Amino acid sequence: MNIHEYQGKTLLRENNVAVLEGVHCTTVEQALSAYDSLGSKVVAVKSQIHAGGRGKGTLYHPETREHVMDGGVKIAFSREEVESYATNILGNILVTIQTGDEGKLVSNLYIEAGCDIAHEYYLALLVDRDNKSVLIMASTEGGMDIEDVAHNTPELIHKVVVDPNAGLLGFQKRDLGMSLGLSGAALKSFGKMLSNMYTMFVREDCVMVEINPLVRTGADEIVALDSKISFDENAEFRHKNWDDLRDLSEEEDVEIRAKETGLSYVKLDGNIGCLVNGAGLAMATMDVIKLYGGEPANFLDVGGGANEEQVKTAFSIILEDPNVKGILVNIFGGIMRCDIIARGVIAATEALSLEVPLVVRLAGTNVDEGKAILAASTLNIHPADDLAEGAQKIVALIGGDE
Amino acid sequence: MSIWIEEDAKVLVQGITGKQGMFHADKMVEYGTNIVGGCTPGKGGQTVELQGKPYPVWHSMSEAIEATDADATVIYVPPPFAAEAIMEAADAFDTIKGEGVVVCITEGIPTLDMVKAVAYVENRPGVRLIGPNCPGIITPGEKGGAKIGIMPGHIHAKGRIGIVSKSGTLTYEAVAQTMSIDEGQSTCIGIGGDPVNGTGFIDCLAAFEADPQTEAIIMIGEIGGNAEQEAAAWAAGNVTKPIVGFVAGATAPPGKRMGHAGAIISGGKGTAEEKFEAFRAAGIACAMDPSELGKVLLESLKAAGLR
Repeated sequence: MNIHEYQGKTLLRENNVAVLEGVHCTTVEQALSAYDSLGSKVVAVKSQIHAGGRGKGTLYHPETREHVMDGGVKIAFSREEVESYATNILGNILVTIQTGDEGKLVSNLYIEAGCDIAHEYYLALLVDRDNKSVLIMASTEGGMDIEDVAHNTPELIHKVVVDPNAGLLGFQKRDLGMSLGLSGAALKSFGKMLSNMYTMFVREDCVMVEINPLVRTGADEIVALDSKISFDENAEFRHKNWDDLRDLSEEEDVEIRAKETGLSYVKLDGNIGCLVNGAGLAMATMDVIKLYGGEPANFLDVGGGANEEQVKTAFSIILEDPNVKGILVNIFGGIMRCDIIARGVIAATEALSLEVPLVVRLAGTNVDEGKAILAASTLNIHPADDLAEGAQKIVALIGGDE
Repeated sequence: MSIWIEEDAKVLVQGITGKQGMFHADKMVEYGTNIVGGCTPGKGGQTVELQGKPYPVWHSMSEAIEATDADATVIYVPPPFAAEAIMEAADAFDTIKGEGVVVCITEGIPTLDMVKAVAYVENRPGVRLIGPNCPGIITPGEKGGAKIGIMPGHIHAKGRIGIVSKSGTLTYEAVAQTMSIDEGQSTCIGIGGDPVNGTGFIDCLAAFEADPQTEAIIMIGEIGGNAEQEAAAWAAGNVTKPIVGFVAGATAPPGKRMGHAGAIISGGKGTAEEKFEAFRAAGIACAMDPSELGKVLLESLKAAGLR
């Protein structure tokens, strides 16, 4: 789960990590009064969306798609500039390298005081799968795309792995700070900041905290100028405040509804809907559809113990996508019994008066009962014995419609 | 032989009094697993009925292991308490026997809990953790066998193919594929799809290589991370037995979590293409479609003079 920069900055501030003064706004009027209250001649006017590359992004009108302004993050030197930038950003679509062509509607703005920057650094904390620990990465090349730095000059990225039992140790903070060329007051400030950020990372169940840039000011203070924070969805049960931080407009509505019913759904661009049990098998089903010349419309994992109702919900979610021209059901019953799935499929096709072709492949527990139930139904359901046959059938069936 | 779990291994169930724990414990007994009891803090002294027979429940894992000399435990404890259950089991096995296998089925454990639990287990080298978020491990026997987890037992048969996979249902798919060419399995392990877990691909490959019963291996990965690439590179220099591989997620879009917490392509890394390439470079025979695992396995067995 991602949060906005302004929410991240609040969290950092609460955890004693230095950030600049800033105000979250949703209107141009608020932006102007924020400018007045900050008392800083120079301010940053920053679009708030859950995607990177905002500074180099482009703003478009939501309906006409006309070009409005280059850059989703602007430095304003006057009240007039704040007004003009805020007007150009709010209510428009920001397209960045990470949003895809459709871009994202900007409804939130962050007005932040300016600062005297001596140097920009990169800092990230993340859960590293290779070391099975929290990894801290830092670089002198702040403000750049870190993947480019990693690719072109990997020696400029410095890493520290935190032992979960020992925690972040003094020498690790010193080593990392010194590898960035810090000394004296700046090194001390960096160490304190890193301790506080690591504590926050663990306490808030983060999976990633990325600060790009982290800056050293003229007064040798270390300040987080940006913040990109992701939380671990698995830890939601112990963070009641996440509900308030979640921006539902940043998530696909249908993916949220799927999640509420215990389904895992991701919309894709193809036309063959998939309903599968198990994440690995669901991915493999998409892959095999593609292998036989089709395009999957979605990833959908009904989980290990789906009931009739969930199967019905799954069907209705798949059918909401107008691109869907056919559906492939692929179930390898373990805990889940094929006869229950077969009944669910029939109930769903009847209730939703399904018109697109449906191929059902069943295997595993109670497969014979399941197949018998489907065979006995008068509905137009095409059975398949294995995944390849299922994929080939559905591809052929929708191909025949064209 | 088999790996890590013998056919007659003595198995405890953590969370045996819960709905999931009881349901699956019953299925395990039905398959023939040698369940010796379970553990639910606060419910020690009670019994649980599985397949019509009573099984003892202990308050703690140390009591349970002292009483039963168990070889392994399987965890069906809800996510908020699962990491603690792993550590309790690891501590008890380490203290009492110096060894033991901990299988964690639970899905949805917070990642930082697992960081802590994995470090804890790694400090106790005799203890092996499998999972979490996995179907478990099964060693099919001549009659029955040891099924430790949630996989459908009836699809398996004793044989010479070792299977290791990140995904549950794809493991079943692989099992069915071995059966389609009249081959059974030595041991099948689901290592789970979480970003931080216990036993990995290399552990399994090393054990299969050393196991005389295993003559060929199926390895199934998915997008995210680089465990598959590392395992392939390791296998190239260390595994002499034929390996057949598949990777799920070739069509997955970057940046989207595909069900499993670990199944995500980030920063252009961890793609299926990259993993298939690493497999091929290591001499692993790849199936592009899991329905062809049987066919590719048969070819590999023939090439190795095993059929």
